[in-house]
Amino acid sequence: MKARVTVTLKNGVLDPQGKAIEGALKSFGLEGIDSVRQGKVFDIEITTADKSRAEALLKEACEKLLANTVVENYRVEVLG
Amino acid sequence: MHAAVITFPGTNREGDVARALIQAGAKVTHAWHADYDLPAGTDLVVLPGGFAYGDYMRTGAIAARAHIMDAVRAHAAKGGYVLGICNGFQVACEAGLLPGILMRNAGLKFVCRMQHLRVERNDTAYTSAYTPGQIIKVCIAHGEGNYICDAETLARLEGEGRVAFRYCDEAGDITKRNPNGSLNAIAGIYSENHRVLGLMPHPENLIESLVGGTDGKGMFASLAGAA
Repeated sequence: MKARVTVTLKNGVLDPQGKAIEGALKSFGLEGIDSVRQGKVFDIEITTADKSRAEALLKEACEKLLANTVVENYRVEVLG
Repeated sequence: MHAAVITFPGTNREGDVARALIQAGAKVTHAWHADYDLPAGTDLVVLPGGFAYGDYMRTGAIAARAHIMDAVRAHAAKGGYVLGICNGFQVACEAGLLPGILMRNAGLKFVCRMQHLRVERNDTAYTSAYTPGQIIKVCIAHGEGNYICDAETLARLEGEGRVAFRYCDEAGDITKRNPNGSLNAIAGIYSENHRVLGLMPHPENLIESLVGGTDGKGMFASLAGAA
């Protein structure tokens, strides 16, 4: 099965990279961009076919390594 | 004082810190990230500077899960000394030895320069050779040194006297010369028992007058005399 883990910065955590990207986009004259926050996406192949086991596995992966929960949130999606 | 200096793939200051420790009179053994045990008789574990695992994903994140880190956590839990410098500070935070995290510098640039620090207290094994409030000049070289933690943790660090060093200008003004946006100009913090220290600056590189000063010597002299 395929899965996707998305890691984003929590609200209120300063994101200087997102700010720089936001500034660059605005400098192109692109209308309508308000703000940018940068995150990470992990595309993961998993061997189990059991969806709830896959979710539990990915949650553990997030807690152990993929996200630092001091400053980051994560979202797990099993894509099937 | 018997120090074990740990090398991860991408560590690059292990030689510098070993030299500073030996100069101060400590015995140094090198340990490898894939080892399961620390060398027998280790008093102090050093996590040196560098770019362990290429800083992939988050600085220090992968190194913090290396085999040897289980032994380092056990050493710290028994009250052993652990010193994390620069990348080693990032590893110590990711490993749960110290609270908080080092984020990308607020100015987005890698900052490599001389930097003044204020020594907050001198009643620890790391700073006994300094005086409280002493201003020392060392160097910094990092892209992710912006110390962040939640408000409750910050209040606890301040309340328990766990800030080891703060960035300042040469007159000791901590509102000036913060190189990376760290909360309260924090350059280094202690664990609850003051036996684990993590700091972004490099005292190990300021131990010879030939290369800019000797203000870093005090930390290693303190450690050599501690056990």
